[in-house]
Amino acid sequence: MRERIEEALKQHTADYVEIRIEETRSTGITYRGKDLEEVGTTTQLGGNVRAAVNGGWGFVSFNRITDLREKVSQAVSQARLVGNEKTELVEVPPVQDVVRVSMQRDPWQVPLAEKKRLMDSYVEEIWRTPKIQTSTVGYGDGYRKQYYANSTGTYIEQERGRVTARFGVVARDNGNVQQSRAGFASSEDYSVVEGRHADVREAAEKAVAMLDAQPPKGGEFMVILDSTLAGVFAHEAFGHLSEADHVYENDKLREIMVLGRTFGGRFLNITDSGEVPGLTGSFAYDDEGVPTGKQYLIREGELVGRLHSRETAGKMNEAPTGNARAQSYSVPPLVRMRNTAIEPGETPLEDMLAEVKDGVYCKNWYGGQTSMEMFTFSCMEAYAIRDGKLAEPLRGVNLSGNVFTTLENIVAVGNDFAWDPAGGTCGKGGQSAPVGDGSPHVLISKCLVGGQ
Amino acid sequence: MVEELLDKATKTAEVAEVLYHESTELPISFEANRMKSINARESSGMALRIVKDGRIGLGYSTKLSEPGDLDALVESAVESAQFGAEAKFTLPSTYTTNGVTIFDPAVEALTLDNLVALGTEALDLLRNHDREFLCDVGASKRVSNVRLLNSHGGGTEYRKSVVSLGASINLTRGEDLLDVWHYAVSCRAELEPQAVAQRIIRRVEDARHQGSVRTKHMPVLFTPQGLGSALMLPLRQAFNGKTVLQGASPLGERLGEQVFDEKLTIYDDGTIDHAVGSSPTDDEGIPLQRRALIENGYVRTFIYDLQTAGLAGAEPTGNGERSPNSLPAPGYHNGVVAPGSGGSLDDLIGGVDEGIVVEYAMGASMGNLFSGDFSGNVHLGYKIENGKLAGRVKDTMVAGNAYAALKNIAAIGSEPEWAGGSFYAPPILVADLSVSTREG
Repeated sequence: MRERIEEALKQHTADYVEIRIEETRSTGITYRGKDLEEVGTTTQLGGNVRAAVNGGWGFVSFNRITDLREKVSQAVSQARLVGNEKTELVEVPPVQDVVRVSMQRDPWQVPLAEKKRLMDSYVEEIWRTPKIQTSTVGYGDGYRKQYYANSTGTYIEQERGRVTARFGVVARDNGNVQQSRAGFASSEDYSVVEGRHADVREAAEKAVAMLDAQPPKGGEFMVILDSTLAGVFAHEAFGHLSEADHVYENDKLREIMVLGRTFGGRFLNITDSGEVPGLTGSFAYDDEGVPTGKQYLIREGELVGRLHSRETAGKMNEAPTGNARAQSYSVPPLVRMRNTAIEPGETPLEDMLAEVKDGVYCKNWYGGQTSMEMFTFSCMEAYAIRDGKLAEPLRGVNLSGNVFTTLENIVAVGNDFAWDPAGGTCGKGGQSAPVGDGSPHVLISKCLVGGQ
Repeated sequence: MVEELLDKATKTAEVAEVLYHESTELPISFEANRMKSINARESSGMALRIVKDGRIGLGYSTKLSEPGDLDALVESAVESAQFGAEAKFTLPSTYTTNGVTIFDPAVEALTLDNLVALGTEALDLLRNHDREFLCDVGASKRVSNVRLLNSHGGGTEYRKSVVSLGASINLTRGEDLLDVWHYAVSCRAELEPQAVAQRIIRRVEDARHQGSVRTKHMPVLFTPQGLGSALMLPLRQAFNGKTVLQGASPLGERLGEQVFDEKLTIYDDGTIDHAVGSSPTDDEGIPLQRRALIENGYVRTFIYDLQTAGLAGAEPTGNGERSPNSLPAPGYHNGVVAPGSGGSLDDLIGGVDEGIVVEYAMGASMGNLFSGDFSGNVHLGYKIENGKLAGRVKDTMVAGNAYAALKNIAAIGSEPEWAGGSFYAPPILVADLSVSTREG
């Protein structure tokens, strides 16, 4: 494969060309309710050529890996049609590397029958809880081998692995329907999905417990976010704003996101890293052949960095960060987060609770969305806080606000820290990417709670 | 190749079905007011579903050119069938090719230059309206061929052409960001850059000034796009035969009962010419129809694929939709809300003393879809005062229960329009919903 790729890259007239070929194999097992719904495997082979000429991009993707040289010239001529300025890509030293996936316990060595037995046992565990209406259980593993080369002399063979188990539980009491979920993901170890019976039981019991919850009052409240929800907040509310593709051609947003600006208290530190072992947002090289790393976005309350592709780093004159990621061979890479986190601070959870007279303790989440300055996310589990004590459970709590004011309103960062064990999937521009989110507990002095 | 795979599969399996798809797509994009990229995407793949020893097996591959690739695909389907669910369906024996028009040679004939011209025109219209606009535009054409064949001789083959034009603008003032977009798509070469740009410009002008809103209950007018973003998702879930089969649908026991306002009628319709959600059959070879899900407020039918219908003891409805690497599941074609007698959007606004218009509610889809509770940030919306628009509402959430809201409809507009390609609806005025906002 290397010869074919390097041969195709030999003669071209573009400013930059890259070729990415991928083989993937994945297995999925899903259950709905007590019944197994689907077992299947998918095999994919495909590739792409991407070229830049005078600042314009051409991209060609395909399943048949033939006539690579012809595909290079097609991508180059498309790019030429577009370009009418200068291609500005940050310089990255050429790399020659082979990255093998190293599995602690390899999912591909585990027979399908054993994976199914394990999932069967989780389904049974869920259904031991009374008032369960339905459930979904999903197991997945994936293997991706990528061949990457570009016209600056980089050649990388990179393997990546992934194993996930996800559980969704729906409880019902007459017309009242509540749900909860749990999940586990790893890039290197099948055993993260083993022995999770207690976690699965807890998720089922939570869905049932939420049947007794009340909808919240709408309005502004003091809120405490648990580590999972605060991690999503870091991702949704600040991470997306740090993606340089949103910023580099928007002068006004560049002013807002100017490095050195203060966004929060000195106890606030936000990072994005591709090097946390085992997380599904980690990898050695991004889809432009740039080594991954750890990037501080906010350090001691101050904006110190952002996330880049080769192009955004080149245009903004900043250092490359290795954040260009593509969902698959059929699409070009976008600037994406990896594993985004609020770093631990010093405040114990008890001290945060003591601060709150009338507020909400929010745990875990269904989803999150952002429109740059505004964010919203929905809590899976929530409790009223009254006079420093946890009170009745609340259901359907959605939090929303302006990113900048909410960051300013973070008044304490916890001394605990956890990555969301479920891993996350982030959607952007029609592409999804596995990401990680993590944080300690966080206390926000004012946040808008949607209520009825 | 389809027949060859089917032959190989029926040597070991009782029943086999092959779904082959290939498509070519030409998307071009403009970013930050100038052309950015031209993409060309070719893809093809083959999905094999079998029934062996009464159990369902599945495999999908895009690696099809080497000798042995087809055998490997059969092998993976056979392996998965050992653990697969018990098959509860009979595949159709009719081969359906006629019906709806979803191919237009004029779309296939669109050149790169034509697409660039479409995008450039939209961009120029927007930029000429306001030089402060930061615009992204995307134009694309796709032609796909689908062939479905099963071992009973049933299936379909069709060609579909799709052209789309989408544009979005960003307007940043201080820390006030306004994003407005519109997306038009059709199987026919009929897209008007003028119409796309006008739609965006109207929304921007309506949102240019800040309105003020207080936390209270008030009438909420959902535009077609707003309706799709806030109220339709719980319904999509509730009418899905799988949700019903699992007993998780709040409507499961209420077939034939009046649950919604009598003004409300909603169809699933896969027979609309030139609509992107239309095709001769579903992905299992069952011909598509127009079916009322809600008729004058009464729950009329749920949607099913063959296996789910078999498990539920219900009639298949031609809603077996699939992404090639997974089994068919209940899926919608084109959602159609029947128009009412409320007049135009302006007529509806004119009838409200104090309320808001929701063009897009962000995050409302993330709530608890089973219960129908929703709560979304009004990403784009306007205040209504004394029958007139009175500026953009920001930092505001709209919340309620989709079932309660659709039982309490004040009026349904008379002028439906496409929102996002496969949802066709008029605006709906909900009499009373909770609106909360940041104080001070």
